[in-house]
Amino acid sequence: MAGSGTDHLRDPAAHDDVVLRVEHLVQEFPAGRSGGRRQVVHAVSDVSLDVRRGETLGIVGESGCGKSTTARALVQLPPPTSGRVVLDPGAATEVEMVALSGSALRAVRPRMQMIFQDPISSLNPRRSVRDIVGEGLAIWSKASDGLHQQARVDEVLEAVGIDPEVAATRRPHQFSGGQCQRISIARAVVMDPEILICDEPVSALDVSVQAQILNLLEDMKERYGLTLVFISHDLSVVRNVSDRVAVMYLGKLCEVGDADALYERPAHPYTRVLLASAPEPAPTVDPSDADIGDEIPSPIDPPSGCRFRTRCPRATERCAAEEPVMRQVGDDHYVACHFPSI
Amino acid sequence: MSTASAAGPLLSVQDLGVTFGTADGPVRAVDGVSFDLTEGRTLGIVGESGSGKSVTAKALMNLLPSYAEVEGSITFGGRDLRALAAARERHFWGVELTMVFQDPMTSLNPVKRIGEQIAECLRVHLGRSRKVATAEALDLLERVGIPEPRKRLRQYPHELSGGLRQRVVIAMALACGPRLLIADEPTTALDVTVQKHILDLLDDLRRERAMSMILITHDLGVVKGRADDVMVMYGGRTMESAETPTLFGRMHHPYTRALLETIPRIDAPAHTRLVPIPGRPPSPAEVGRSCPFAARCRHRIDDCLDGVPPLVPVPVGAAGAEGAEDASHHSACIVSVGSDGRGDS
Repeated sequence: MAGSGTDHLRDPAAHDDVVLRVEHLVQEFPAGRSGGRRQVVHAVSDVSLDVRRGETLGIVGESGCGKSTTARALVQLPPPTSGRVVLDPGAATEVEMVALSGSALRAVRPRMQMIFQDPISSLNPRRSVRDIVGEGLAIWSKASDGLHQQARVDEVLEAVGIDPEVAATRRPHQFSGGQCQRISIARAVVMDPEILICDEPVSALDVSVQAQILNLLEDMKERYGLTLVFISHDLSVVRNVSDRVAVMYLGKLCEVGDADALYERPAHPYTRVLLASAPEPAPTVDPSDADIGDEIPSPIDPPSGCRFRTRCPRATERCAAEEPVMRQVGDDHYVACHFPSI
Repeated sequence: MSTASAAGPLLSVQDLGVTFGTADGPVRAVDGVSFDLTEGRTLGIVGESGSGKSVTAKALMNLLPSYAEVEGSITFGGRDLRALAAARERHFWGVELTMVFQDPMTSLNPVKRIGEQIAECLRVHLGRSRKVATAEALDLLERVGIPEPRKRLRQYPHELSGGLRQRVVIAMALACGPRLLIADEPTTALDVTVQKHILDLLDDLRRERAMSMILITHDLGVVKGRADDVMVMYGGRTMESAETPTLFGRMHHPYTRALLETIPRIDAPAHTRLVPIPGRPPSPAEVGRSCPFAARCRHRIDDCLDGVPPLVPVPVGAAGAEGAEDASHHSACIVSVGSDGRGDS
């Protein structure tokens, strides 16, 4: 796909359930010089998304598609090159994060927390687990006194299945990968965020532990009223956790829609490729849909028009000349393709 | 299939054990693993981290460090591999028996051109001249589906994508015409769209060259359509082994079943509650005197903690005709095999 456009966004005036609205997000990184010209990696190019209160939005794609860069740009790590990231659009508490810096940005950060792929390297090895989980509260003094803070930390630790007594004395290396991911979840949830951004949270875990963490995230969402943005390359995992799914390719959005609709009636050729390439292909696509070239174009010099056209079986001249924009193909189902399957 | 030729299996592993001496005492990574591989077949070895699947592969490839203590016997094409290793017969590995690793970047030399690296195997092992070896390297690159092979010969690994690098590694593994190729998580580091192509390529090559293959993976889905036989490992031991359709059709061991049930399905509706396996995989240091899965097993009885259950043939249930037991289907579980009826099915 290669799609831009904002047709798939909800109008905040008509819908008050949008908790996060991302408009025309662009993230570029310098990539040195070639032939005297400055080069730029187009990691994310004009991506617009909205996230509704209480839902899980899955973002799926292969490495280099910009899914993690998008996630990081949402929490301003680092801030995007351009675009808007609006928390609570249309509400009194509305904040546009990209324009903020310094203490104003720090003040908003607790509202959006993140968990990372590698649970062990994302925890400070030299501190006790209880200190790690409690540090955010200590900084923000969200609870009025130390006793309350401690009670909150213990409550959240118990909720994720870690014994607070044990956490008081032990450090991350004394826990397994799955337990460290539980600790990361506790560290994020203890701040009482509105949105939890999960960047490949189960990719580093053994399959027998993966289900524990996925179930835990569902429980946490329920218990603390969270909204989740869930990034993964694993289509089965994304389907399991998501209410809506966004498919990305080479810095662009291909298709966004209700999870079941998107998996049962994939409209974008790239979505079909992904579904047909899974070890156990989805029954809704033909196995031959996976037969495309291996070479992903460089994000330094992405193809004109639709960025997927160089590998797309349906590409025509129009795809090179004109970038497809998001359009509706079903109830809550949008695709950016000139020739979608509908 | 009972196509086992009169000559016997190509590879026969009997009672393989691998123990690493560490500062904290001996760690038993592989314990009593036995299997046969018939010429031309693919064996899938499925397991999580710490299951001993990669250590088994390294034992076959003679790649274990010197502090590893190996027991048991490994026979390949009638030859005793451990005796060959002791005699430092290096030319055996890389020729008849080769391996493809998980990460194609670290299996290639970053400062050597692709062409030289492939030609090197041919020159060292088969004594080809530089010119002949380069010509053969070109053919190999073509065969593994690398576009513009002539240009690639002169490129360095960093100039290639992950998928192309893995194709180069496969070309190197094929260079000397192996009888057995061991692929250890060959696609885990690759994107899904590339993963399928690499697995398809390995399958095509195996057929075309009548090679045997051992496909090691943590993903039951990967072996489902591609392996003839499957062996499921956990905590250094074999939990269950069978021909692939039998394994998926009549899964016997609680671990195999739990592993399949715990994985989210691509065709199940959103928010389907997953069936987790409690706890975590055992570390090799914990391998003890009981069933390795007992601590996490729903069907555990007291007897599970008393001794390591042996791998025994699984009786064909009532559904099977009067054929006694399926000679290819083995499981190491005393609960569902138990004749006392306590097993739950």
